[in-house]
Amino acid sequence: MEDPQWDVVIDAKESKGRSSFKDLWRYRDLLWLLVRRDFVSFYKQTILGPIWFLIQPIFTAAIYLFVFGNLAGLSSDGIPPPLFYISGITAWTYFSETLVKTSGVLRDNASIFGKVYFPRLIMPLSIIFSNLFRLGIQLMLIFIIMSYYLITSDLVIITPAIFLLPFVIIVIAVQSVGIGLFVSAITSKYRDLALLLGFGLQLLMFTSTVVYPLSGVGGIFKLIVAANPLSFAIELFRFSMFGKGTIPIEGLLYLCGITTTIFMLGLISFNRAEKTFVDTI
Amino acid sequence: MSVAIQINGISKAYQLGVINTGSFSSDLIRWWALKRGKEDPYLQIAEENDRSSLGSSNIVWSLKDVTFNILQGDSVGVMGRNGAGKSTLLKILSQVTHPTTGQIKIKGKVASLLEVGTGFHPELTGRDNIFLNGAILGMRKQEIKTKFDEIVAFSGVERYIDTPVKRYSSGMYVRLAFAVAAHLESDILIVDEVLAVGDVEFQKKCMGKMNQLGKSNGRTILFVSHNMAAIKSLCKQALFLEKGKVKSFGETGTIVNDYLSAYSVRQAGDGAIPCGSSLHGTGEARYTRFQICKNGNGCEDFFFGEKPSLLVHMEVYQHISDAVVGVHLVNIYGEKIMMMTPDKNYKSVMLEKGSYQFSIEIDEILMPGEYSFNLAVSKYNTGSDIDYLESVGTLRVLRDSIDHELDYPWATIHGFLKPQSIWDIKRI
Repeated sequence: MEDPQWDVVIDAKESKGRSSFKDLWRYRDLLWLLVRRDFVSFYKQTILGPIWFLIQPIFTAAIYLFVFGNLAGLSSDGIPPPLFYISGITAWTYFSETLVKTSGVLRDNASIFGKVYFPRLIMPLSIIFSNLFRLGIQLMLIFIIMSYYLITSDLVIITPAIFLLPFVIIVIAVQSVGIGLFVSAITSKYRDLALLLGFGLQLLMFTSTVVYPLSGVGGIFKLIVAANPLSFAIELFRFSMFGKGTIPIEGLLYLCGITTTIFMLGLISFNRAEKTFVDTI
Repeated sequence: MSVAIQINGISKAYQLGVINTGSFSSDLIRWWALKRGKEDPYLQIAEENDRSSLGSSNIVWSLKDVTFNILQGDSVGVMGRNGAGKSTLLKILSQVTHPTTGQIKIKGKVASLLEVGTGFHPELTGRDNIFLNGAILGMRKQEIKTKFDEIVAFSGVERYIDTPVKRYSSGMYVRLAFAVAAHLESDILIVDEVLAVGDVEFQKKCMGKMNQLGKSNGRTILFVSHNMAAIKSLCKQALFLEKGKVKSFGETGTIVNDYLSAYSVRQAGDGAIPCGSSLHGTGEARYTRFQICKNGNGCEDFFFGEKPSLLVHMEVYQHISDAVVGVHLVNIYGEKIMMMTPDKNYKSVMLEKGSYQFSIEIDEILMPGEYSFNLAVSKYNTGSDIDYLESVGTLRVLRDSIDHELDYPWATIHGFLKPQSIWDIKRI
């Protein structure tokens, strides 16, 4: 119940979250300053600076190209293998880094949260945006490699699906933050799940379409891979850029449904935990 | 005047001990009870927060049924011993944690400073950190921009403003951090003992700033401190918390007296100190008697110029090779004025098992006013206290000397001791 006479009402019985959109909007300057902090502190005292954002995906892609493309001979769905792997890695890195950082957001910032109140969701939001910045730089790399293939071959084509790209990125961000918020809420008192996270991430990666396309999987495994919320997201990510592959309409619906479910679950559990987590962290 | 903060029946329970499988099973029991619409079974057996005695429940009330109102423009000092619930109260008011029961209503914008420099990033420059810290405290970017020069000037670190703060000295760091906080626009300011940092000159600057905010700008201030003098000079009203409950709330002078008398040691007529008066100590020795004397007889009132003597008894239970025996003279705010030790060079003495009597002549003239004593005995090597008592005995020095020659004309005191000073006056 809103009482216009009071600006803040703290009620012990109130168990709902308290970060309203109005509050978040009021703290938008903080959001950008935090994103800037993350970006600046990442490459402080390095010679190569932001170039480091590119080195990691290039090297990982080279290794995957060798192991999965050359040795194992996995299909790349008609997409040039370098592009196939680097796009998979870029999407996966964005997902996993956002997830890992969000899942530790209460613990990592306990010293700040324990002293000052601001809408706690600002922190996970800043993680989304600072990782988005890296993603942007890595996408530029993909487009450079892509333009090479566009000029020299007809292996990739630009289709109107490219306009789906922002949507896919939002889907991946929302999924990772949803899971991350859920883990951070659960681990604010009992840290068991945090120990499971590293292993869980590996499982998530190899059961999604990071190193192989959905079309390359058969039988019961196809169901498992398709059920992984990330699989269709990565398929769609590649489809929107390279115009290769098909996305079934059921897949798209499943993607939207599961993403919303994950996000709501994460948001609700985070809002429940954030009020008293400083006592138990 | 309208109410700025209305606090109604606030309680906060904390769980002691470690969080593990055991606490998980009690979480399940609690969840099941709440699910069936019952009361939390663990809160019913929760105990008051008394550190020294071992309770049967591992849930304690850090705050219990705290109710009071703060009017707009009032400055309220919060006092209490360690663990009285001061910080918990501020944390709940700053929305850092949520109360277990009760309700708080606040009118106006709250700025809370439980710490200075929250969110400072060592790699960022002073300039960047001003913006980041300001935003964390709830300032808009535009607001910080307009006050930027003022903040830098207040902090006095102009020269280092574009250097990462990890290169700052700790003093500069604190100055910059406080400067940001001091320029925060708010209706209500909540301050924890952040002033206990920095050098004396800077502390004065901070107190001045707080005074200015409270008195001229009419802000509502809530201030937690152990420093009675700071509370007296800054706050009109005070709140005295004891074991999580409000002991008294009212005009600062009265509450400070309440606070000090609540913890002063009550002695028998012959000056015997009852067992259990110690605040802490290892128990290897114990002060058993303390008497202020004039000409060998117990006396509390002295004329100006008379030198009191003290009679102290101590029971030593086991051999202590490096005891530092110290008697502090304290003023009515509990501030130490001087320390007296048996050894002129503050060296330790050896104490054998048995009873000791110390007769102390105070060879100083005390200025008119009321005084008390702290009794301490500690180990020289480890620094650990063997016995420690605060506010033992009362000593009053009158404004008149016995022969009426030394007359102290002022109502307020000018210091506490009357040292010898030699003046040579010449017309030039």
